[in-house]
Amino acid sequence: MRIEMRGVEKNFDGVPVLKGIDFSGDVTTLAVIGPSGGGKSTLLRILGGLLQPTAGEILLDGEEVPHDEQGLVRYRSSLGFVFQDGGLFHHLSARENVALPLRAVHGMGEDEARLRADELLRRFGLGEEADKYPAQLSGGQRQRVAIARAVAPRPKMLLLDEPTSALDPEYTCEVLDLLRSLKDEGTRFIAVTHEMGFARRACDEVAFLCGGRLVEHGPSERVFADPRTPELQHFLGRLLEWSA
Amino acid sequence: MRNPLLADADGRARPIQAAVWYLVVIVLVVLFFWASLAMVGVALDFSFVARFQVRILDGLLLTLAISAGSLVLSLVIGLPVAVGQGSRVLPVRYLCDLYVKLVRGTPLLAQIYLFFYVVGTAWGVENRLVAGIVILSVFSGAYIAEIVRGSLSSLDAGQLEAARAVGFTRAQTMRYVVVPQLVSRTLPALTGQFASIVKDSSLLSVIAVVELTQTMREISATTFNLFGTYLFLAGLYLCLTLPIMFVSRAFERRLTYAH
Repeated sequence: MRIEMRGVEKNFDGVPVLKGIDFSGDVTTLAVIGPSGGGKSTLLRILGGLLQPTAGEILLDGEEVPHDEQGLVRYRSSLGFVFQDGGLFHHLSARENVALPLRAVHGMGEDEARLRADELLRRFGLGEEADKYPAQLSGGQRQRVAIARAVAPRPKMLLLDEPTSALDPEYTCEVLDLLRSLKDEGTRFIAVTHEMGFARRACDEVAFLCGGRLVEHGPSERVFADPRTPELQHFLGRLLEWSA
Repeated sequence: MRNPLLADADGRARPIQAAVWYLVVIVLVVLFFWASLAMVGVALDFSFVARFQVRILDGLLLTLAISAGSLVLSLVIGLPVAVGQGSRVLPVRYLCDLYVKLVRGTPLLAQIYLFFYVVGTAWGVENRLVAGIVILSVFSGAYIAEIVRGSLSSLDAGQLEAARAVGFTRAQTMRYVVVPQLVSRTLPALTGQFASIVKDSSLLSVIAVVELTQTMREISATTFNLFGTYLFLAGLYLCLTLPIMFVSRAFERRLTYAH
């Protein structure tokens, strides 16, 4: 999918978080990495139509992201979003979390939505968990339900905001495994992540965001093997210090 | 062998265990009052019940009607106030806040006198029944506003953002996420509040609304059977409030997915 960003800026109460992002490229799987507070999540929310940029424009496949609420509702429904804490609806079972948006937003019938939900949950190893509520699931299971909900309507692209940063290491693996298998099936996604191994091996491209600017961007192998900017070299160097 | 006095490690009791001990506690409480009555030398006499059964039934029905009416009206008052307390329009926010503080901070008895004899007289509200329902609703509405405000503020931002992300419109977010969660969080407390309304309606007897309590006061004034009438009165209120409390508990158990 072709993504173009021109001069995207975002201020929160006058404090600049994004200071002019320019980007142009065909995105299949993209990892957004960088230090905390660098504007990664903000950029992802703007891309997902959840936040309005202060300035600049974004085009997906040549179409501008709408500015009016009505257009944004339609735009958001064409994407799949996964949050750090999953954002599951507490009062609905795993199955209903997946099926409700299919019925309410995508106009699917009762049976069709339930079949689709059950099929995805089974594929994601959650066949036994369909009737459980979010509070009865482990962190990793919750996150897999959230991914099932996001991919169920076959979105143009998945947007994942630190999908594993709230998880224990064992759960992190099960979620990353799932994302890789989705990628192998051709699902496109943009993931804000702190998992450098995932960014390097499971994402085709990496974008490095630092201090509200897009500092470096390229194929992931190249970015990790040969970081060109001093900021990225410093960032990766700091991480390597503690890696095994 | 488990200690028959103790619940298990999860805090649960076996059904037989629960029944036996509940019975024992009831018997002890009854014995205590029995002994107290014997010590002051009162012989209970419930013969008035048959004599005044029509009036007692009328009073009971009026208490039910007042409570039901007040429940509806206090919801109508309490819900907007709960939302208003979080309003960005400052006069609205502070008005709602002041209302809740004044009502919760003063006794219902004072509110009944002030409203009925000052506000009611000034604005020509003569019907005691209407005035009573309005006063009770204004009182209870403040408590309902607090109950609802608590659940509103516990709706986490993450779910609301997720609702937008899956493509819900604002109306759909209300319908599919906000309202169901508010209902399940507030229903147990709201049911409990209904039990309070039933009890609190007894204070309307001071402006001579002939509900259950006022009926009994009148009966005790003619029969001079103070202890019998008030004990019977307390029993009738328990018949109304215990089932409501039971329902409230049932809601609580059924709707605890969020923990």
